[in-house]
Amino acid sequence: MVGHERGGQEGPGQVNHAFHHPAILETQQALGETTLIADAAQIVDLCRYLKDSEKFVRLSSLTAIDWHPAEPRFEVVYHLHSIDPIRRLRVKCRVGGENPGIDSVTGVWRSSNWYEREVFDLFGIRFRNHPNMVRILMPIDWEGHPLRKDYPVHGYKYDYGQRKD
Amino acid sequence: MSNVKHPFDDHVATIPVLQETPASPAAPRRMTLNMGPQHPSTHGVLRIMIELEGEIIVRAEPDIGFLHTGIEKQCETNTWAQVVTLTDRVDYLSNLGNNLVYALTVEKLLQMEIPPKAQWMRVMLAELDRLNSHLVWLGTHALDIGAMSMFFYCFREREDILRLKEMFSGQRMMTSYIRPGGLALEPPRGWEKAVGKFIRAFPSKVDEYESLLDSNPIWKIRTQGVGFISIEDMLDLGVTGPMIRAAGIPLDVRKTEPYSSYEKFDFIVPTRTENDVYSRYRVRMEEMRQSARIIVQAMEGMPEGAITADAPHVVLPDREKMKTQMESLIYHFKIVTEGYRVPAGEAYQAIESPRGEIAYYAVSNGTSKPYRLYMRTPSFGNLIALPTLLEGTLIADSIASLGSMDFVLGDTDR
Repeated sequence: MVGHERGGQEGPGQVNHAFHHPAILETQQALGETTLIADAAQIVDLCRYLKDSEKFVRLSSLTAIDWHPAEPRFEVVYHLHSIDPIRRLRVKCRVGGENPGIDSVTGVWRSSNWYEREVFDLFGIRFRNHPNMVRILMPIDWEGHPLRKDYPVHGYKYDYGQRKD
Repeated sequence: MSNVKHPFDDHVATIPVLQETPASPAAPRRMTLNMGPQHPSTHGVLRIMIELEGEIIVRAEPDIGFLHTGIEKQCETNTWAQVVTLTDRVDYLSNLGNNLVYALTVEKLLQMEIPPKAQWMRVMLAELDRLNSHLVWLGTHALDIGAMSMFFYCFREREDILRLKEMFSGQRMMTSYIRPGGLALEPPRGWEKAVGKFIRAFPSKVDEYESLLDSNPIWKIRTQGVGFISIEDMLDLGVTGPMIRAAGIPLDVRKTEPYSSYEKFDFIVPTRTENDVYSRYRVRMEEMRQSARIIVQAMEGMPEGAITADAPHVVLPDREKMKTQMESLIYHFKIVTEGYRVPAGEAYQAIESPRGEIAYYAVSNGTSKPYRLYMRTPSFGNLIALPTLLEGTLIADSIASLGSMDFVLGDTDR
């Protein structure tokens, strides 16, 4: 498969280059992709370093994974893209607790505005210092966060036999 | 009746509104205008709250989510093989492109090798889909601006593409033809003739569209110098696709990170520098010509061989083999009932959709269902730039600017 069998050599996804920042806890290489595990408290500082010093000018996407019932429960995933040279990088932060939250990176990439709203909407992770932390896909008065693993897939009308009339 | 109160029972939708800025002697009174969600030029159900000062847009706030169907949540409850049919429905103008990015992501996790014929076929079909999407864009965009006849010309050719898609997959739109492991079916008999007939005639059709529009002074006045957005803003806001190429940045995943043998095809990435609605139109027209070139190359150089990988635990067996060989029957039963297991891990795969960078992020925990499947869609990524694009421009130009973004709301809301 072209683009996948790059093995050990440097490809667009794999960055064989050490990043030096105190927020980086671990660097993983798998399937030709590089992942940085970072400290959630220093994410803005790390993102600014990656954008300014390592030329990751684009935030390709920002999403989250729910590892319910593990604790810390959520992983916030940043996919960065550098145009010159072409490189991709994944940054992951673990957040958890009763009210999961992480600092917003809207000050680094303005595009993260909508992605962070989407993660808040679907996972219930709050982004501190975000200019407009409201739901984006679900109706504004919706209860619950649909992409959490403990949120049901089907609505009430499928609970046949459970209604006590 | 049940006395359990469900949140749906007293569900009253609260609609976000834009607070009007109070008038002062220094600033004249501003008007808030609601555009959409049922406005024809929003190409779907996009609502934009616009604040006007005279005819100038001072603030624009898009409101999306009307087409949110929870596809990512549904993916988590289906097997890896079943998810293919959901990917069709994300971007309904580029179904094969969505199939392709999903297949590539899963194959990356499976570390699977795809035979050359399947790769060439995928390239050809993805480019046919790009033509399909660009034709719909051109027809509707021109219709918005007032060139009504363009719509009929574009849909004439689009119909041919839909017929080709039907010939290959049995479906005009929801094809599910590109699947993890290869293709769903052997290409139909006589496909070379059908595709060849269409693609040989196509470049002259693009010339026809261009002569229709470029000789139209109204089209030029309404598109040239309209819808400017700076390169710095575009990179900061994550804009991709023809929008950023019309600003002079040759960012095309087909060239920068080739997938599915794109590096073996000879094509150029068209760019312009004017960075307005007209240059985005020119970039897309040139892209159609390049796509036609790629399709011709794929047809002429189509390798011989299998259309699926040699992986019986992933690819559904041939129908005849299933009826005569026990192993095939067992594999068929396992794939259809339990689904195939994908090794634990995560993969992020980006490809170039007609609208820009589309990327799927799949997380597997080693079971037969995706643990998480995130879709980074180009329409969502580009719409983030909408306020920046509209603010400070005339309300009359907003339709042209909106159309030049080429978003699909199904793709935005997922």
